[in-house]
Amino acid sequence: MPIDKSMNVLIVDDYKTMLRIIRNLLKQIDFNNVEEASDGTEALAKLRAGNFGLVISDWNMVPMTGLQLLQEVRADTRLKQMPFIMITAESKTENVVAAKQAGVSNYIVKPFNAETLRDKIEKVLGHA
Amino acid sequence: MLDATVPRETILAGHLAEIRARRPHAEPQLVAEVVRAVLTTMSDTLTAPDTALLREVEALGQTIANAKAEIAALKVDDITGSHIPFATDELDAIVAHTAAATDAILESCEMLDAVGATLTGEPAEKLQDATTRIYEACSFQDITGQRITKIVGALKTIEEKVARIVATFGPKLIDLPPPQSAQPTPEDDLLNGPQLPSQAMDQSDIDKLMASFD
Repeated sequence: MPIDKSMNVLIVDDYKTMLRIIRNLLKQIDFNNVEEASDGTEALAKLRAGNFGLVISDWNMVPMTGLQLLQEVRADTRLKQMPFIMITAESKTENVVAAKQAGVSNYIVKPFNAETLRDKIEKVLGHA
Repeated sequence: MLDATVPRETILAGHLAEIRARRPHAEPQLVAEVVRAVLTTMSDTLTAPDTALLREVEALGQTIANAKAEIAALKVDDITGSHIPFATDELDAIVAHTAAATDAILESCEMLDAVGATLTGEPAEKLQDATTRIYEACSFQDITGQRITKIVGALKTIEEKVARIVATFGPKLIDLPPPQSAQPTPEDDLLNGPQLPSQAMDQSDIDKLMASFD
């Protein structure tokens, strides 16, 4: 089934430059409906208020980290099936394991390229 | 010459009382002095291992006293008051300058994308490939920023430890508050930032790990 690239995508990072980069890379692969949040708390509020088809989140943010956001999403009846990709510089085995145990859909380590982003989105949305 | 009629313990106690009166606060130099007094008083009854042990303690006291003198000569105020703040300010400036440069690059790249949208065919594709590579490369800013933040944290830890060493061994006691460690959270062990390339898993390692859960 073809992926609906008109879906709303929420990108979450506390670093504005990174949000800008991810937004532009998503645009390059034809995802044009992109909203931004600068931490987990703001992201959760937007997710609960809006209609999103995918979350792409950094991990290391305050006050709510990406992992806590993921746990909140998976604990929310309405959001628990939401495809969730973690993009982070945290590349230790225990990080990947913790994210997987919390229910992450896929995991991208920084620095990454557009091809990896496209590949993981296709895998995640293909299984969604 | 020892007076044979006075018990050795009494002589030793006298030495110790005299030293204690002269230097009420225990210091490493005093340890060496006390050991010398013990060795002098009890030299005729100490066994060879006892003597060797006491000589070691004396040497240790002297080593600590020397270290104290060296720490005093360090000009620690320069380290904590000038060198480390200077280094952290410079690192903060690096982050700010590279962030500004990255934003300028991204702005130009977005303009190129806007131009590319007016083109068709191969020129449009080539331009998009080029801007994609630029966006990818710009993510260096995030990684370098995180690495520099780790260095600033390490410098601040060094600053705190130097101040503590001086407070403990320096010539003047500095009235420092107890170390303030942030309240640990369950995620602290997981928030390490970018790893060195030699220690990091790359995307293919992570893909294999993720696949192992399926």
